[in-house]
Amino acid sequence: MKQPIHHPDASTLMSFAAGSLPEALSAVVAAHVEMCSTCGRELRTAERIGAALFEQLEPAALTAQMSGEAERIPRRERWQDQAYAECAPGSLPRAIQRLVGCDLDDVQWKRLGLGVWHMPLPLSEGATGDLRLLKIAPGQIMPEHGHGGCELTLVLAGAYRDEIGLFAAGDVADLGDDIEHMPISCAERGCICLIASEEKARFKGLFARMVQPFTGL
Amino acid sequence: MILPVSTGTRSRYAPAPASAAVMIELLQRVAERRDAEAFAELFQSFAPRVKAYMIRQGADPATAEEVAQETLLTVWRKAGLYSGEKGSATTWIFTIARNLRIDRLRREMAFQELPEGRDEEPSSDTPPDEAVSEKERRVRVREALSKLPEDQQQVVILSYIEGLSHSEIAQRLDLPLGTVKSRMRLAYQKIRDDVEDLK
Repeated sequence: MKQPIHHPDASTLMSFAAGSLPEALSAVVAAHVEMCSTCGRELRTAERIGAALFEQLEPAALTAQMSGEAERIPRRERWQDQAYAECAPGSLPRAIQRLVGCDLDDVQWKRLGLGVWHMPLPLSEGATGDLRLLKIAPGQIMPEHGHGGCELTLVLAGAYRDEIGLFAAGDVADLGDDIEHMPISCAERGCICLIASEEKARFKGLFARMVQPFTGL
Repeated sequence: MILPVSTGTRSRYAPAPASAAVMIELLQRVAERRDAEAFAELFQSFAPRVKAYMIRQGADPATAEEVAQETLLTVWRKAGLYSGEKGSATTWIFTIARNLRIDRLRREMAFQELPEGRDEEPSSDTPPDEAVSEKERRVRVREALSKLPEDQQQVVILSYIEGLSHSEIAQRLDLPLGTVKSRMRLAYQKIRDDVEDLK
């Protein structure tokens, strides 16, 4: 696969490596890293920073007598990769396969309006934020909009173009709150992307305008 | 001053900086032979530091200890996935602790994979003694961290050690989100430049 051109910001990768990036945004970064060896390497550097800080922590003495009896079976982690095993390499990143299915064909699209479909993805009980798949018909113009807080968009198929450039499969738009843009989806293939915001219901206003793009003009 | 993170007295638990190769060897003994003695040594070296990490991330001491124990037990179970050529024992254990922190303390799904699940640098770039160079890299990272301006150190520690998101850091420091992100970015670039020099 062609290597992506647009990447998450270094500050986003650091926050991901630190384990401090909100869950919805982390899903997008994880999916991008699968497709981007450059960010895979940067992530290792960012994890090394975490390890260096971790190493400098003053150890806290243990109270219980635990010499590490290795046989005690801990509870199962939810972050294990068990859920991925069933899928052959498909058109969806592994990171979201357990939320969606193996393949883009498995997405259960809900129509939002003319030429716009979405599928909201579930987040954990502890998470606030918004993660969803979005499908835009070919040649569709999205209303100009800004971005509140941290938001990430990863193109999964097709492409879109905006003031910043062309975003094709694997590319991430890491948009701060100072960016306004008016994306146009690819004229032949449209665009399917994974979008995340740390705020809940952040996309509501945008969707409302998308399906009625001429109100307010 | 924000760094060093520890108060400087070397505890008997602290693995000496020179022991990186020893840690890798211990981990390999666990991986290959399920060596309980090697595991007990790893446990003594790392569990108290993982506990400290969990406390800084906001856990009460009892929970911190439980998650520290679980982190080391995960090391035991997953040691087979660890490859000494691919990184330091400390970095690997840090990533396990980080994921359990997300899972247990934040009750969120960790999307982060452990380092060996990822594409590695082309093998032609790999130095003959990766363990040494990995250690050297982490020394460089540590030095670069200590040289950062205080405002950059502060956001890095809030992110990695206190576990705050960018928005939470912005709120805590009463700064615009963009300022937090640019301080993080500057810190990263400086550290990265110092580590990349090694090549």
